[in-house]
Amino acid sequence: MNGLTFHRKIEENTGLLIFGILFVSAIGGLVQLLPVLTQESLETASANTRPYSAVELTGRDIYMRENCVVCHSQQIRPLVAEVERYGPYSRAGEFVYDRPFLWGSKRTGPDLHRIGGKYSDDWHRLHLLDPRAVVPNSIMPAYPWLEERQASETGNITNKLTVLRRLGHPYTDEQIANAEADLEGLTEMDALIVYLQMLGTGFSEEDAAMEGGSH
Amino acid sequence: MEAAENKIYQDKIVIRLIQFSVVWAVLAISAGVYIAAELVWPTLDFGQYWLSYGRLRPVHTNGVIFGFGVSALMATGFYSVQRTSHVPLFAPRLAWFVCYAWQLIVLLGALSLLAGWNTTKEYAELEWPFDIAIAIVWICFGVVFFGTIAQRKIKPIYISNWFYGALIIVIAMLHVVNSLALPVSIDKSYSAYAGAQDAVVQWWYGHNAVGFLLTGGFLGMVYYFLPKIANRPIWSYRLSVVAFWAFVYAYIWAGPHHLHYNAIPEWVQSLGVIMSVILLAPSWATLVNGVMTVSTAWEKLRTDPALKFIVLSLAFYGLATFEGPMMAIRSVNVVSHFTDWTVGHVHSGALGWNAMITYGTFYFLVPRLAGRELYSTRLANIHFWLAFAGTMLYIIAMWAAGVSQGLLWLSIDGLGELSFDFKDIMASMTPYYLLRLIAGLVFLLGTVLMAYNLFMTLKGQRAVKVAPPAVDPAYGVNA
Repeated sequence: MNGLTFHRKIEENTGLLIFGILFVSAIGGLVQLLPVLTQESLETASANTRPYSAVELTGRDIYMRENCVVCHSQQIRPLVAEVERYGPYSRAGEFVYDRPFLWGSKRTGPDLHRIGGKYSDDWHRLHLLDPRAVVPNSIMPAYPWLEERQASETGNITNKLTVLRRLGHPYTDEQIANAEADLEGLTEMDALIVYLQMLGTGFSEEDAAMEGGSH
Repeated sequence: MEAAENKIYQDKIVIRLIQFSVVWAVLAISAGVYIAAELVWPTLDFGQYWLSYGRLRPVHTNGVIFGFGVSALMATGFYSVQRTSHVPLFAPRLAWFVCYAWQLIVLLGALSLLAGWNTTKEYAELEWPFDIAIAIVWICFGVVFFGTIAQRKIKPIYISNWFYGALIIVIAMLHVVNSLALPVSIDKSYSAYAGAQDAVVQWWYGHNAVGFLLTGGFLGMVYYFLPKIANRPIWSYRLSVVAFWAFVYAYIWAGPHHLHYNAIPEWVQSLGVIMSVILLAPSWATLVNGVMTVSTAWEKLRTDPALKFIVLSLAFYGLATFEGPMMAIRSVNVVSHFTDWTVGHVHSGALGWNAMITYGTFYFLVPRLAGRELYSTRLANIHFWLAFAGTMLYIIAMWAAGVSQGLLWLSIDGLGELSFDFKDIMASMTPYYLLRLIAGLVFLLGTVLMAYNLFMTLKGQRAVKVAPPAVDPAYGVNA
């Protein structure tokens, strides 16, 4: 049986065609995804990386809701210019508590992976309320409604931490019990700023030294 | 037996899906134009959360891909699978369910995005209730499509059906695997994958949603409608066989080129580069097949606007499928990644290839379905030039913007210091963003002209009743 007569069989059989497509298209995915999904080093946290606190997680969910990720990456590539501009390049171990990842694919604005601690809380507040007050040529939108909403309105924080614990994030019973109290009195703006200020702080010099310290 | 032979093709559903597709095209491209304007005048959201760039952007992409694109693929898939099988649609009621349920998903999905329900996974932003609904409707789509093929009166399964079939099967696989998540509430879930692993899964999905929906699905359109419109058989059936399997095998590997120099294993990136470059072969094999098919029918280009659109779409298909592998090479990607070059690349595909092949197909189909001539060939010709000009302006603006961004960001002076401040580079983009806005408006204007033209063609008409022709005994199922 030569190739063409074999193919004629597929061409004339619906079931074979469906199976053939499924089989052939699955190969690449299996070879790439299975090793990555079972690679332990990709699931091992960097020394200073810990699960998000109730307030940070709420801030992160607001970051997702407003879709900041379509204009801001959180991924510093190991290139001289990027490290100079943004700080130490991003390590896989810094993202093990990121569900989903927020690396982004577009920098209309700058990378934010190591934005934490670079500006004051007041700067962020002013910038989010009126970007052009602090960056004259900015094309970023303003987010006035964040001041008007309470962080507790963003979603059920107790449920969120419980779900994340089920997914393997090491939250204690105490953290979960106190989660609602942690958000009390905070606006969405406060929570978002807390999140921005912790971004990139999961990296430590020890991690760099462990890698061989060539940088 | 005789009664079954005389059944007529289900074409009302084709008309309805074309109408939905055109409506989504107008709405989703308008959303795109609006967010393009926001990048020039950032206060255009008037402090309203639902007009904010971040919330409107996925409405634009979801509207174009799942509203306009998928409705067009369902319409043309249903039309061509009946003609190539010589039977009416299997389970027509289920087909109508697929048609309306899909529109409801896109509509409610868009509203949920405006409300801030957002997984942030690109092109998979809709939250888990929608993911489940999509999976169910998609499986029903598969049942109608493959059910029709299973009942066919013609022994061979024509090549266009393989591409539509691959669209249905592979998108189902990608969607289910990438959407796995644990729900927190109706509007929120957390991904089953974290960090680097999530990134690899997401771009396996993201790249292949482009591959099997925007490339593969629309190649199904090419393989049926191009030979029909040109009135020539496909140039090489054997080449299409080889190109199909090479395409299905190779495309799936290319996802990691979206994550070059990111925190994922290097071997995954390298594999992504190699397979992306290899992908050029099956992509261009189809291009050659398409161009050779029209090559003896060039004179029809002067008179037939449908063929003009389709031939131009092949040119942009060739451009985009060449540019893609080039951008997947790490030394090119280091400049292009995170810039507007990527946006330009996507639009040379989405406007130049997907929209144009669809527009051409609609200009061919709607008069046939309505049983009368196109309302205005002149308007269609004007539309052609608007679409061409809009697409060219768009990608030129984004090339210029993207290449400048990429090079200026990486530029380092003689003392080893960064040459430019990020803010200054961003501010220098305004002229390009303005040009892109104009390009979008020009393209939108053309699309509105088409909507009017097709509306006038269909107005007051009912779907022409077409019965399957007699089957040549040499190709019959019992042959």
